[in-house]
Amino acid sequence: MPELEQPSELLEQFAHGDLDAFESLFRQFQNEVFRWIVRIVRDPGVAEDLALETFWRIHRAHARFDPRRSFGAWARRIATNVALDHLKIARPEVALLEDSPAAASPDAAVQRDIRERVAGAFCQLPAKLRAAATLALVEEQPYKEIAAALGISIGAVKLRVFRALRLLRKKLKQQGIEP
Amino acid sequence: MTEPNDDKIGELLKQSIRPAKHELQRDLWPQMLRRLQEHSAAVPWFDWALLAALALWLCLAPGTIAVLLYHL
Repeated sequence: MPELEQPSELLEQFAHGDLDAFESLFRQFQNEVFRWIVRIVRDPGVAEDLALETFWRIHRAHARFDPRRSFGAWARRIATNVALDHLKIARPEVALLEDSPAAASPDAAVQRDIRERVAGAFCQLPAKLRAAATLALVEEQPYKEIAAALGISIGAVKLRVFRALRLLRKKLKQQGIEP
Repeated sequence: MTEPNDDKIGELLKQSIRPAKHELQRDLWPQMLRRLQEHSAAVPWFDWALLAALALWLCLAPGTIAVLLYHL
C-alpha cells in the first residue's frame, strides 16, 4: 500500500472526531484498504464489506490515533485484523489460475487437478499462516510491510511462511502429491 | 531456514493461486455515512436507564420537580 503523506492538521482533526476529516481520509484510503484486504481474503465482495468494517473500527478508535503516526499504516493494521477475523470463521475459497485456451490436453487436466488440490490444502491452513504465506508468496509483498500489518517482527513473518509451507507439504503428501 | 523443497512448494503455490488484482469498483462512503447515521440515531441503553431512573425519582418524590425546574 503506497504511503500517502497526510497533512498533520487533517490527522489532528480526525483524532478529535471531525467527520469531514474522517471522510477525507476515507476517500483517500478506501481503495488501498480494499486492495490490502482482498489480497488476504481473495474475494472482492467480501473485501468491500470488510473495508467498511475496517473504517467503522477506525472511526470508533479515532481518539486512540496518534496524529504523528502514519494513518495508512494504522489503517492497514486494522484492516489486517479485520481480514484475519474473517478468515478464522469463513468457509475457505480460493481463486485458481485460469487455464489458457490451448491447455486442453490430458497433461493440462492433471496440472489443473494438482493446482486445485494445492489450493484446497492451502485453504485448510490456520488463518494466520495462510495470510502470511499469501501476502509473502502469492502477492509478493515486502516482508517489512507484512510484518507491520500483522504487528509482528520480520522474523516471525518468515517463521509463519515456513510453517505454512511445511504444513502444506504435509497435507499434500497425505494426498499423494510430492513436489 | 528454507530448503529446496520449500522453494518448490512455494512455486507450486504461486502456480495454483493467482494474485488478487482487484480494484474498488464503487465509492463506499455513502454506505459508511449510512452506518454512521444509524449509529448516531440509536440511543444508548445507558441513556434510557438514566431517563427511567429520573422518571421513577420524579414519581416517587414529585416535590422535587419544583427544585429541578428551579435549577434548570
